[in-house]
Amino acid sequence: MARADADGSRSGKHLHGAALKRQHAREQWSVLSLVVPALIVIVLIILIPLSWLFYLSFLGDNGGFSLENYHKMTQYKSYYRIFVTTFQVSILTTLACIALGYPLAFFLAQLPPRWAGVFMLAVLLPFWTSLLVRTYAWLVLLQKRGILNEFAMQVGLWETPIKLVHNMTGTLIGMAHIMLPFLILPLYNAMRKIDKDMMHAAANLGANPINAFWRVYFPLSLPGMVAGSLIVFVLCLGFYVTPAVLGGGRVIMVSNQITAILENQFDWGAASALGVVLLVATTFTLYLAARVFKFDAALFGRD
Amino acid sequence: MNWWNRPAADTQITHGGRLWLYVLSAIIMLLLVAPTLIVVPMSFSDSQYLEFPPSTWSLRWYEEYLGSTKWMRATATSFQVGLLTMLVATPLGVMAAYALFVSRHRATKAIFLLLITPMIVPVILIAIGTFYAYGRVGMNNTIAGLVLAHSALALPIAIIVVTAGLRSYDLSQEQVARSLGATRTKAFFLITLPQIRFSVITAALLSFLTSFDEVIIAIFVSGGTNATLTKHMFAALRDYIDPTIAAISTIMVILSSALLLSIQFLGPRGSKN
Repeated sequence: MARADADGSRSGKHLHGAALKRQHAREQWSVLSLVVPALIVIVLIILIPLSWLFYLSFLGDNGGFSLENYHKMTQYKSYYRIFVTTFQVSILTTLACIALGYPLAFFLAQLPPRWAGVFMLAVLLPFWTSLLVRTYAWLVLLQKRGILNEFAMQVGLWETPIKLVHNMTGTLIGMAHIMLPFLILPLYNAMRKIDKDMMHAAANLGANPINAFWRVYFPLSLPGMVAGSLIVFVLCLGFYVTPAVLGGGRVIMVSNQITAILENQFDWGAASALGVVLLVATTFTLYLAARVFKFDAALFGRD
Repeated sequence: MNWWNRPAADTQITHGGRLWLYVLSAIIMLLLVAPTLIVVPMSFSDSQYLEFPPSTWSLRWYEEYLGSTKWMRATATSFQVGLLTMLVATPLGVMAAYALFVSRHRATKAIFLLLITPMIVPVILIAIGTFYAYGRVGMNNTIAGLVLAHSALALPIAIIVVTAGLRSYDLSQEQVARSLGATRTKAFFLITLPQIRFSVITAALLSFLTSFDEVIIAIFVSGGTNATLTKHMFAALRDYIDPTIAAISTIMVILSSALLLSIQFLGPRGSKN
């Protein structure tokens, strides 16, 4: 009797446990189902259209599978030039951002947090201002009779106005300005996380400030710098507006070419293939970035 | 000891030894901010040509802007699309961020990655992809189509901002409410939401701004009477330079500065975040 009772209560407990587990699982699912609306948006705007482009890129003239859209890229010299321009602009912009961004991020990271927050507005204001507005501003600043030319001639840097816009120079200046915050924000965050004791220790062990910086601080800030650089590089690869406006038709990057193909030839296959190549290059670079640094932290350093 | 000889950091470096860094940083900050602000004085110029500083002042470009049906309609469209994007992306973002934060399911990591793809995929691809897909279902040049595409762009930002808010909030408060008999929904709205409201507001403002400033998708997917401000601005910048743009730019700079400053200063002071 007592035994049966014990058995009964044990099986009852067991049943109870199973019910709890079921309820827990159901609750997990009901919570997780909250992501469904967001997922639907992503599927409609990203997954379906991208899959469609992917399919179009492998579609031949006869309507069957073909690699001719990709083959074209290796055949024509114009494509080669576009890839070279894209990489050239992206690499030069990234280097310019490192040269300008590193000192500023370092300066901000050395300030007391209160002051850093104030000076940080200088980085955040352009970051959240329309890129069209900033591109327009550079168009005005860099024109033949613009403030930069006038200033340089007054100081005596050059005699006649120099063509600073509607070419590579203008594109690079505009792109560097737009990309700079994307390098500074993750780099600043990485620098803030560097343990101050490291620098004390270096000083204590006899390193002068220069030595301490290059042998201790700089290596510790490197992951943040690499992550920021990769983000800048990736954003440059797909850039459209600034080269279109400040390049004046002379700087044709992949995105500009995709648009041109669609506007002039309505060739969806060729445009899609170019897009797929861009996507692969982007994903590969970001994969590297994710391995170097925590991805969301890098992109959203502000929080 | 004066400021010059005082140590500036954790090594023996002095402020004097750092002077070059201060000067360089000031120049870089000037380079960052000046081009953004220079459109403001430019917009008050009386000249047909773009000049800085302006020789004579006037409000003619603002009159031009306010008097033009094209620009007014575009402005209305941009505001409409921006507000609708905010209303779609914010609740969806809060729901997704909450679900991913609370759930212990194995799939959360993969779902998060999927939800932030709009940040990873080059916008030009999203633009031509939706343009093609919308072409099939007749959604090009519609407000709904543009709002949907912009919501996809704003979602990752909203999710990341709200997740950061949830991280600095103690979820056990919600569990206490539930153990006292509140349903999960009630506990969320009464306990959690009020405490993460600043991140929700930030997410909403950034969603609006993302849509309002977006150019490339708007170029492809919006058009006709539903063309956005940025679409017209881009066309104007590429083809001819119209000083009206300076007036519009000024308004956009003021708008984003106001939103940014409200995010910075309305946020919780002191203790957290």
